[in-house]
Amino acid sequence: MFEFLTTSGPALLFYLFALMAVAGAVCVVSMRNPMYGAIGLLVCFLSIAALFLLRHAEFVAVVQIFVYGGGIMVLFLFVIMLVNLHRLHETTMLGNYWRTAFVVSLALVAIFGFLFLKVEFGPSFEDPSKFVDALEPGMGNSEAVAWKLYREYLLPFEIASVFLLVAMVGAVVLGRRA
Amino acid sequence: MTGVPATWYLLLSAALFCIGAAGALTRRNGITIFLSIELMLNSVNLSIVAYARIASASGSLLASLDGKVLVLFVLAVAAAEAAVGLALFIAVYRNRREIDINRLNLMRW
Repeated sequence: MFEFLTTSGPALLFYLFALMAVAGAVCVVSMRNPMYGAIGLLVCFLSIAALFLLRHAEFVAVVQIFVYGGGIMVLFLFVIMLVNLHRLHETTMLGNYWRTAFVVSLALVAIFGFLFLKVEFGPSFEDPSKFVDALEPGMGNSEAVAWKLYREYLLPFEIASVFLLVAMVGAVVLGRRA
Repeated sequence: MTGVPATWYLLLSAALFCIGAAGALTRRNGITIFLSIELMLNSVNLSIVAYARIASASGSLLASLDGKVLVLFVLAVAAAEAAVGLALFIAVYRNRREIDINRLNLMRW
């Protein structure tokens, strides 16, 4: 029993968090009250952060928890509480064109299914033991990401900062009481 | 220690993307549509991280970090999009007292 857990631990963790992520996603699209949907999305975000950890993307996992689980989720909850949606039970859940939209989503599922059935994935997709560690010895994940980010991606990084500033000013102007 | 093949991560990412797309297209509540879009962005992040680990199998020492940096940029864009979009919803709600997508049809032909 214990040996089974140690040998197949990562696989079991993957199944657990994948199940939680899908359950959270289904909760997002099926709940009538957006507050419950936001909580489902939070579960999904945290599960995906755990999957990032399983994939050895530690820095990205922590940033995911900070930005999505912290920032964006608080933003959503505040807006849901500001825009308090009364008369929620009288209205229908689905939009006017939900049949067309449903067919389009089914077509998307069919395309993905076709791809997964037809595409030959390489050996490194199938066997995780073929992976080499990308880090130099003694170099942490965040240190390695910073190395990459501030050397090769310096210009996109600066552009992203200006972009965030523009988005922030835009959000303040739009949300201002006119 | 045996992990899961990367194909499974891509499969999970595709499943989350399809669920998010279905939610964004069929739902009527504006905030739920935004939640679904965030879900789709996050599923794409998951597939990028899955691919990043594959790149490290074949290439140079720091090759797998390209994907992680790309995920950071996607995160930044998602945060900006959420802030501006939610501010738009607040502005719409202030004028119309509702955020029902079906009734916001002023620009419809």
